[in-house]
Amino acid sequence: MHMNNIINLKAIKKDFPLLANSKIVYLDNAATTQKPKAVINAIKRFYERENANIHRGLYDLSVKATEKYEEARRIVAEFINAGKNEIIFTRSATESINLLANSLPKLFNGKDEIVLSEMEHHSNLVPWQETAKRFGLKLKFIRVNKNYELSLIDAKRKITNKTAIVSVAHVSNAFGTINDIRNIIKLARKKNAIVVIDAAQSAPHMRIDVNKLDCDFLTFSGHKIYGPTGIGILYGKAELLNKMPPFQFGGDMIKSVTLEKTIFDDPPGKFEAGTQNIAGSIGLGEAIKYINKIGMKNIEKYEKSLLKYAFKKLNNVRGITLYAPLDGVGIISFNLEGIPPHDLASLLNDNGISVRAGHHCCMPMMSNLGIAGTARVSLSFYNTKEDIDSLIEGLNAARKIFK
Amino acid sequence: MNSKEMYREHILDLYKNPHNLGTISGATHQNEESNPLCGDCIRVQLIINENRIVNVKFKAEGCAISIASASLLTDKIKGLLIEEVKGFSREDLLKLLGIPVSQARLNCALLPLIAINKALKF
Repeated sequence: MHMNNIINLKAIKKDFPLLANSKIVYLDNAATTQKPKAVINAIKRFYERENANIHRGLYDLSVKATEKYEEARRIVAEFINAGKNEIIFTRSATESINLLANSLPKLFNGKDEIVLSEMEHHSNLVPWQETAKRFGLKLKFIRVNKNYELSLIDAKRKITNKTAIVSVAHVSNAFGTINDIRNIIKLARKKNAIVVIDAAQSAPHMRIDVNKLDCDFLTFSGHKIYGPTGIGILYGKAELLNKMPPFQFGGDMIKSVTLEKTIFDDPPGKFEAGTQNIAGSIGLGEAIKYINKIGMKNIEKYEKSLLKYAFKKLNNVRGITLYAPLDGVGIISFNLEGIPPHDLASLLNDNGISVRAGHHCCMPMMSNLGIAGTARVSLSFYNTKEDIDSLIEGLNAARKIFK
Repeated sequence: MNSKEMYREHILDLYKNPHNLGTISGATHQNEESNPLCGDCIRVQLIINENRIVNVKFKAEGCAISIASASLLTDKIKGLLIEEVKGFSREDLLKLLGIPVSQARLNCALLPLIAINKALKF
């Protein structure tokens, strides 16, 4: 299938001002994504013509702002096939996980183990370390096999009747592995464990259906899915959100307040204290509308093709080591013999190419593999074959300098 | 700036064959330092005798800039008095490196200096 048929490449890049106005070859989409005009304009329009605080004002401006905010919530809910009130706006995926790490222990019912994996991003590791310390719980880690995948055999061993929570990444931010979360969720269900899925690196690249997955919670961040920074999503099953205590307290998350006692609002309001990132939520809604227009299936198909092309080209670069599963999303970690990742990234930058280098916030995984770090390329649907060709040129140029 | 300018011949040579690589048994001072943002890490070990740096070695994992810097710095401080090293500034280090260092890579260049300063308890 011709890549050009799936997505109109020329039109796409024009939609993104930063890419349209520069020669940058942006290959660090796992770190953050560029924004389409539609998102930038929606935020601009909100501040220029629609700005007001939400949920309380009785004047038109506030009613309209509230409608837009709740409409964004509905768009997110539909995007992952959740109920509208099962979507909580947070500051980021990291804050979403912190919310869970803070509020879920009340539901543990005497179970005292939390199961994570060896490949987790620090945001899905450090909050649980703190929770384990605070409540005297034990952390266990599902092992990663040679194909950079979570081992289901080890998952079966680690998830037991003592497991309160299983929290794992859908897609690895370092290697692009798509984990078999359907089966991990099944294993967790068998042991009545709560399941959290970190979808930060999957939501931008494939259709997510929380109903089909049957996970209890799912998180992702706005800025990684073509939306603005400062907005994140937490999906939670209604019955669990109803039972959980709030994370942050203050205005907006209450039904009534006296000096002595406060009655909290129902979810999602219960978890949205203070004035939210209203503009951010509207921007995120717009971003989802934008990618829905292209179609998640089309995005997935295109990115898979581009990844195939990238692998073919990269495998021909002398001295390259790729750390990638056979069938992941467009995230490729690699090393070039004789050139440390940082130096490689600096030299690629000379050629206008943006890649990441280092341990990618998963230090345990890196040390597991016995490497200090890698260079990482991460693709989006606005990247092209030409971007990959530029990358290859850049790698060869770097090799010449380091001779 | 063009990063290429950082990778002059002498820097690449030192990255490939750094001086003072290794360990010291019976070190009087030592320290491990890492840059959490990138994964560069270094361990320096020194033998101080009567306030003078008699021997210094390092082990490091990291980028060419940090390793070349460690090589140059350890060469420079061998035989110096502790007081002489105390005054050694980041500007002195950059002069020693003899290359322009981009803002993004400053921490790489400075890592060995931080490690040594902490080992000497400055």
